[in-house]
Amino acid sequence: MSVLMVFRIALKALGRNKMRTALTMLGMIIGVGAVITMVALGTGAQNAIEEQIRATGTNTITVMSGNFTQGAVRMGEGSSSRLMAADAEALRSVPGVQWVAEGASTRQTLVAGNQNWQASIQGTNVDWPLIRAWPLKYGLFFTEQDVQAAAKVIVLGSNVAEMLYGAEVDPTGQNVRVRNHVFRIVGVFASKGASSGGQNQDDQAFVPYTTVQKKIQGIQHLNNITVSAVSGDQIAATTEAVKASMRVTQRLAPGEEDTFRVFTQDDIIGFATSQSSTMTDLLAGIAAVSLMVGGIGIMNIMLVSVTERTREIGLRMAIGARGRDVLMQFLVEAIVISLVGGGLGIAMGFGLAETVKWLNGWPAVIPMDSVVMAVGFAAFVGIFFGFYPARKASGLDPIEALRFE
Amino acid sequence: MRVYHMGDHEVRALRGVSLDVAPGEFVSVTGPSGSGKSTFMHIIGALDKPTSGQYILDGKDVSQLSKDELAGVRNTKIGFVFQGFNLLTRTTALDNVELPLLYNGVKKFKAAERHRRAMETLDIVGLGQRFHHMPNQLSGGQQQRVAIARALINEPSIILADEPTGNLDTRTSIEVMGIFQRLNVERGITVMLITHEMDIAEYGTRLIRFRDGRVVADQKIAHRRNAADELAALPPPEPDQIPHADTEAH
Repeated sequence: MSVLMVFRIALKALGRNKMRTALTMLGMIIGVGAVITMVALGTGAQNAIEEQIRATGTNTITVMSGNFTQGAVRMGEGSSSRLMAADAEALRSVPGVQWVAEGASTRQTLVAGNQNWQASIQGTNVDWPLIRAWPLKYGLFFTEQDVQAAAKVIVLGSNVAEMLYGAEVDPTGQNVRVRNHVFRIVGVFASKGASSGGQNQDDQAFVPYTTVQKKIQGIQHLNNITVSAVSGDQIAATTEAVKASMRVTQRLAPGEEDTFRVFTQDDIIGFATSQSSTMTDLLAGIAAVSLMVGGIGIMNIMLVSVTERTREIGLRMAIGARGRDVLMQFLVEAIVISLVGGGLGIAMGFGLAETVKWLNGWPAVIPMDSVVMAVGFAAFVGIFFGFYPARKASGLDPIEALRFE
Repeated sequence: MRVYHMGDHEVRALRGVSLDVAPGEFVSVTGPSGSGKSTFMHIIGALDKPTSGQYILDGKDVSQLSKDELAGVRNTKIGFVFQGFNLLTRTTALDNVELPLLYNGVKKFKAAERHRRAMETLDIVGLGQRFHHMPNQLSGGQQQRVAIARALINEPSIILADEPTGNLDTRTSIEVMGIFQRLNVERGITVMLITHEMDIAEYGTRLIRFRDGRVVADQKIAHRRNAADELAALPPPEPDQIPHADTEAH
């Protein structure tokens, strides 16, 4: 018997009991729909986080000073004071590197008139706004001369400016006091929002790193160096080149442990998304249970159906159906239920995801592989849970089956 | 010979039965329950195999065939008519009649061809007008006629009717027997009728009586009943005896 004929027979049999077919499908529809919706919401959240991080630039590489050991006491990360301006200078000639910004940070109270505000003071250089693709709202960034002269100039983050001077006020040209130094405000950054770490990037102020080193902190070293690669595609190669350059300038012998740590934006994305992907997996796992229950529902109904239709099976065998014809009929019935149910479940998943997106404003993205997986799983469920009842039907003795009341 | 093993017991349902049935015969098989007539019918219907001995159908030994081969024999050579009709519910008369064609492994029929043949066969049993009716919209006699059409559609060598009038009243029984007689006389179709009612058995040409797994009588029926004549002699049916399909079971 041809495949087409098997389908025709199975479809007719399903059509003869539409209510039961529809109810059996419901289990599959809800199962697949739940998986698609959950994965969509999880992926949406993941993408949102990733996008946020990417907005800070995908091609940045950060070099942090590593830990160091004093006596037997191992100091924490970033405690080493071996990261120097010379390291940064060497990085400028590394192939693939576009911009390099030295970083020396501190936390200080800024005082303007009768207002004060404690903020993170980032010592950096003129490449910083280029690396972060960060436009200024008022004024200009400080210049190369300011860096060389360790000038007392400051660029405020939008939140700092607002706290000290109020919203929508241009404070350029005014003075703020940091410790006992008076800084001239040369610019204010546009608002950028929270960083991937969750800290408010607008709650910072920027000064030349030389100023932090010489005037505020009195230190020689840097806390970090931010490097941007020419292109995001070559980030891996550039990262390796940066590491190599660092080992040379840090005068590390082969085999000696790195005194610094290098990480890219991708590392941060990986960390942040790994949390949300765990969540997605969990949600999908719970939804998969309902898919499983749907499959067992199909098996249940098919088993009941085999018993109920014993005489029909006997008749089919009496008029010439072979065991395998009956097996195929019941198997195809189960597969049709699960595939059609799966298809409707996908539609429901899309609908639900869109509804949640619209109602709650949550990002929802339906990845194609989740759709493919759902369909594959639906077919698998049909075959797996349909086989046992189908096998049972095909093994019936036509004489017994015809006698069945 | 057919022996069943039920636990330690050995049940000899048939103990040495030897018969020849020629094409065109109308054989009535009777006997009390437990006489072996059902087992005999199952073997003739290729639903069962003899423990020993041969069953030659159309010149071919079918007693040693595999299960699948037997299914093929049932499909093409045997037409079953049952006491309980065994029509598929919620399926039109036409689809019910077409069913054996779907399982025909020798000839593949296109949908239009299946449709045409099913219509023709329904016409033979006088139900051409009711092809789109569901079984629950048909009377018992009409349902049995659909079942006969289904038995006929693959042009079998033999029609095997197992108590075909068991669920029918007298008048309808005569009608159904009339169809069997007509098919037998006009088309030369071999009919084997299993019944325990002697008056029904008398529509055949030959009577075989079973008892305790053996044939105890095998004779020509001297005074064969003629269903067509009997039907003509009966008073016309009262209107409420003919169910109207269009008003029933909706």
